[in-house]
Amino acid sequence: MTVRVNFGDYDTAPHRRMLVENVMKGEVLVQVERLTRSYGDIRAVDEISFTLRKGQVLGFLGLNGAGKSTTMRMLAGVLAPDAGRITINGADLLDQPRQAKQAIGYLPDQPPLYRELTVDEQLHYSARLHGLDRTACRQALLRAKAHCGLVDIGRRLIGNLSKGYRQRVGLAQALLHDPPVLVLDEPTVGLDPMQLREMRELIRMLGRDRGVILSTHLLPEVQATCTHAQIMRAGRLVFFGDLADLEQRRCSTHLRIGLNAPPPAASLAQLPGIVRVEELGRGRFRLHHVPGAAPHQAVLERACADGWDLWEITPEHAGLEQIFVDLTLGEAPV
Amino acid sequence: MIFAITARELRGFFLSPLAWTLLAVVQGLLAWIFLVLVDDFRDLQGRLAALDNAPGVTDLVAAPLFRVAAWMLLLLVPLLTMRLLSEERRTGTLDLLLSAPVGSVAIVLGKYLGAMLFLSSMIALIALMPLTLAIGAPLDFGKLLAGLLGLILLAGSFTAAGLYLSVHTTQPVLAAVASFGLLLLLWIVDAAGTGHKTADSLFAYLSLPRHYDALLLGLFNSADVIYYLLFIAVFLGLTIRRLDDMRLRA
Repeated sequence: MTVRVNFGDYDTAPHRRMLVENVMKGEVLVQVERLTRSYGDIRAVDEISFTLRKGQVLGFLGLNGAGKSTTMRMLAGVLAPDAGRITINGADLLDQPRQAKQAIGYLPDQPPLYRELTVDEQLHYSARLHGLDRTACRQALLRAKAHCGLVDIGRRLIGNLSKGYRQRVGLAQALLHDPPVLVLDEPTVGLDPMQLREMRELIRMLGRDRGVILSTHLLPEVQATCTHAQIMRAGRLVFFGDLADLEQRRCSTHLRIGLNAPPPAASLAQLPGIVRVEELGRGRFRLHHVPGAAPHQAVLERACADGWDLWEITPEHAGLEQIFVDLTLGEAPV
Repeated sequence: MIFAITARELRGFFLSPLAWTLLAVVQGLLAWIFLVLVDDFRDLQGRLAALDNAPGVTDLVAAPLFRVAAWMLLLLVPLLTMRLLSEERRTGTLDLLLSAPVGSVAIVLGKYLGAMLFLSSMIALIALMPLTLAIGAPLDFGKLLAGLLGLILLAGSFTAAGLYLSVHTTQPVLAAVASFGLLLLLWIVDAAGTGHKTADSLFAYLSLPRHYDALLLGLFNSADVIYYLLFIAVFLGLTIRRLDDMRLRA
């Protein structure tokens, strides 16, 4: 008989907290103030404000249509805001668009690539657009290609590349002029698991001495790469914080147990703190309890005393998923 | 940075089969017309010799050839300009230009120059045909140059209008049809006789070929040249404004 007890990964929180405090000292790279944008009658982005500092990797979460892409397009200067201010690396995006845009590397959800060009030609073009001269161009190309694993495919036509490679060319293009800020709109879509890991590793590395904003609807993505997370719902910012904050909301609310000699469900329901019992079959139950209560001790004791022959007990977290769903669908703004 | 855009545009043209096909079709058709014109000139030569102040080979071969070439450009330039901006909007590559530290002016001028360089190579190939006549006949180079200038200005006007209409849509074919419609209207606008004197002269002034015909005759009138330069400036200006506007609307 084995008893698996898992009390989650709270121990990582202090470490993250430390990391975050270091970051808070970093210089401000992006400052967004009361940014607003409507499409016709629809308010796609509604007075959002946030700050990105050096060393932060900020994950932008939200359902489709929450306003993530619109915000990122405005940051990149592709779309003009109706109201609000964006300052990038000290330059106002509207007053000094050139300086501001020079400081940003933008990867839209569709990598902006010309199918008829080769990878090298595309990157060269983009480097020239960002004002790099011939020698700087060559060096930038080599560096970006090495970063993104494109060294061997420089002469291939973009039209013939797979989605994953195009994504990488898009990222290389955003990196070329070595911008202090990277804005990546769903950078990991279409990558295979191997490429996904490499991409996450790369983003983490890039985030060390830059500021990175990336959008995604995948939570594991945020957990794997980001230092901070920001959740949007219907154009509003409903959560902004570091991941440690987010994880603290993950208090467990139910306990899964497995018993070889289970009692009737009704007697489980009488245990202290248990609100509801769910039968999962083959001797397994999910015990819903009030948040904050820790009924595992009572369950263990009863199991030993009554000979239920316990073989599994696992606290189940309200996962990040659950928080995400609560925040993105729930009524109460946070 | 303008030249980076121009260079990519030009490369894009020469990498697409469309541009090569256009070059081949124009060259083939004009070669046939050139042959017919030279043939006619040879038949007429005997009678022309008897005339005082007879029209020369430049008037009878080069000018009509350029006149047909202008018609052909009217038909073909919309096919060339239709993709300039609409394709970039459709495939999302416009985002690269808009997010780069490049102003709308540079984007529009870069694209315009790219298209014009391509058209200039086409016009240079056309000009080679009458130039071969210099081997055996006296050419009036002044008239030839005036005609060439007219053709380039005309192509420039067509391109500016085509570029403007291509910023409005994500469907290149739509841009082609619209620019062809606009150009044809401006071509025939003087056909409408209203009987009203000022209106008639206004329509005549607006019409594209009126100014071209004068240049073909070897009349270099600065008003005609300014007409084309204004035409180009207006459409390029409108395109730049529209591109700026798109950041606000889109």
